[in-house]
Amino acid sequence: MTQSIQSLRFNKQIKDTRNSLIYHLAVALIAVVMLYPILWMFASSLKARDEIWTNVNSLVPEEVHLENYENGWQGFGGITFLTFYKNSFIYAGLGTLFQVSTSAFIAYGFSRVQFRGRGMWFSIMLLTLMLPTQVLIIPQYIIFSKLDWINTFYPLLIPRLGGEVFFIFMIVQFIRGIPIDLDEAAAIDGCSKVGIFFRIILPQLKPAIITAAIFSFYWTWDDFLAPLVYLTDPNLYTVSVALRAFSDPSGMTDWGAIFAMLSLSLVPVFIVFIVFQRYLTEGISTTGLKG
Amino acid sequence: MTEIVQSAAPSVDNLRRWSLVRRRSVKRQNNLVGYFFISPWLIIFLLFTLAPMVISLGLAFTNYDILSDDYEYVGTANFERMREDIRYERSVKATFKYVSWVVPLRLSFALAIAMLLNTKRRGVYFYRAAFYAPSIVGGSVAVAVMWRQIFGNAGIVNAFLEILGLDTYRWLGDPTRAIWTLIILAVWQFGSPMLIFLAGLKQIPSELYEVASIDGANGFQKFRYVTLPLLTPIIFFNLIMQSIHAFRQFTQAFIVSGGTGRPLDTTLLYSLYLYQRAFVNFKMGYAAAMAWVMLLVIALLTLISFWLSRYWVFYETKES
Repeated sequence: MTQSIQSLRFNKQIKDTRNSLIYHLAVALIAVVMLYPILWMFASSLKARDEIWTNVNSLVPEEVHLENYENGWQGFGGITFLTFYKNSFIYAGLGTLFQVSTSAFIAYGFSRVQFRGRGMWFSIMLLTLMLPTQVLIIPQYIIFSKLDWINTFYPLLIPRLGGEVFFIFMIVQFIRGIPIDLDEAAAIDGCSKVGIFFRIILPQLKPAIITAAIFSFYWTWDDFLAPLVYLTDPNLYTVSVALRAFSDPSGMTDWGAIFAMLSLSLVPVFIVFIVFQRYLTEGISTTGLKG
Repeated sequence: MTEIVQSAAPSVDNLRRWSLVRRRSVKRQNNLVGYFFISPWLIIFLLFTLAPMVISLGLAFTNYDILSDDYEYVGTANFERMREDIRYERSVKATFKYVSWVVPLRLSFALAIAMLLNTKRRGVYFYRAAFYAPSIVGGSVAVAVMWRQIFGNAGIVNAFLEILGLDTYRWLGDPTRAIWTLIILAVWQFGSPMLIFLAGLKQIPSELYEVASIDGANGFQKFRYVTLPLLTPIIFFNLIMQSIHAFRQFTQAFIVSGGTGRPLDTTLLYSLYLYQRAFVNFKMGYAAAMAWVMLLVIALLTLISFWLSRYWVFYETKES
């Protein structure tokens, strides 16, 4: 009896190990296929110019050519990628700062202050999520060109002072989960709503703010349409717009340098991804933020 | 404390009046505070969303030219011209083809992989990150340029086809195949619906599966009668968000087709054509009319989806 139970257990163990092996093999294989294009790009950025298209599939360069990065960094038209990165960091840095800080402020108003018209404005705000950028970009372009803001960062940054609906919604949800007792205690002690926001709510918003900041950074870093439309002076190009010009098939043919600059542009994104992975996946699963 | 109450103790009537006044002033004060807090959004909304929408609606009925800053009222001419515009027709076709493949494929992959990752096995965190990574970088110009090279004549797709002894194609030059490079690029980025599905799957109580097992349900039946019905609200949410997202796609079509929508306008997604009209040909009136058609179509489709959702989305009744 005991023996048969033992052998049963043993059989189950074997079966579990086998299933687990199959599972890991299958999932790892899919993961490799998924990551292959990105790995291929990084590998190509290290290959010699003539190896890229002759030894196409390989993920391991025959010889490591770091000079691709040096060559690519030189940019085009006498403007190096230093300028483009500076522009991108200005846009992504300030853009994120503006968008996230005002989003928290606005979210507090929508979640903790009772005022007339609150429900209406909140619904209108959520409706704007459905609005395609395409409807706004033409009239906005006309407004900004009348203000003489073309080829400045104002058209990219000023609208961000209004927060981002996704983040406002997310932070509203987050604040609703914070017990109201603390607010009430502070109010009894004579703390104003503004004081309550800065002293009580804001310190507790850290996870929500980090999640919002990560997404804000991603979207701003990747943003292409707005910089393409508003920044036509190559000295103001962000990395996205510069990469498009840099990789123009009719111009450059130094694919080593192009792949090097493409790969480099993903590095800030991957760093943020690796450092803040936890916040990120939680943010998406709980609020449905798009990636 | 009692002293204050006593000294201020007025008649009941007075007290009531006092409290009424106070409540009203608190309300008024709250209105001010509320609008103070939402003012950044409200101001930007009025200046850079509502006003542009009004302007855009007006523009749609003009032939506004940005270079001369001159316009004439043309009635519905812009909308009528869309019906004769062959490129417009092609861009609508390309967009519907794109959306109707991308959304179901993306959601299917997202759900399939989410179910695969909904386990307590070791290494799942790593896999989750690996499957999500393409979505993290997917919106960038860099990945779109990379994609163009992957499907180029000497790219890795053709290289692999050759190894397998299959025919190679001019993916980007072939009018029947070019749109597929964009569809595959979009499907490759199923990361965020996957994470949302994963969160939804974790919410399904395991007792339900146990009960189903006792009743003799097999794996497929469990999926069909337990998982799927309970996930319908999440499927619906993903469906709406991903459709809106797909309709707006611009960057990838722009980069992969070199800004032209070639070959034969088969990758000329709606946003790309709108951009060309507005910022290459400077036909701002026409482009504004296009944008409004897009807005109305998306709004209509969303309404229809919400209406249809009554028939298939299953909401648990709240017991509390």
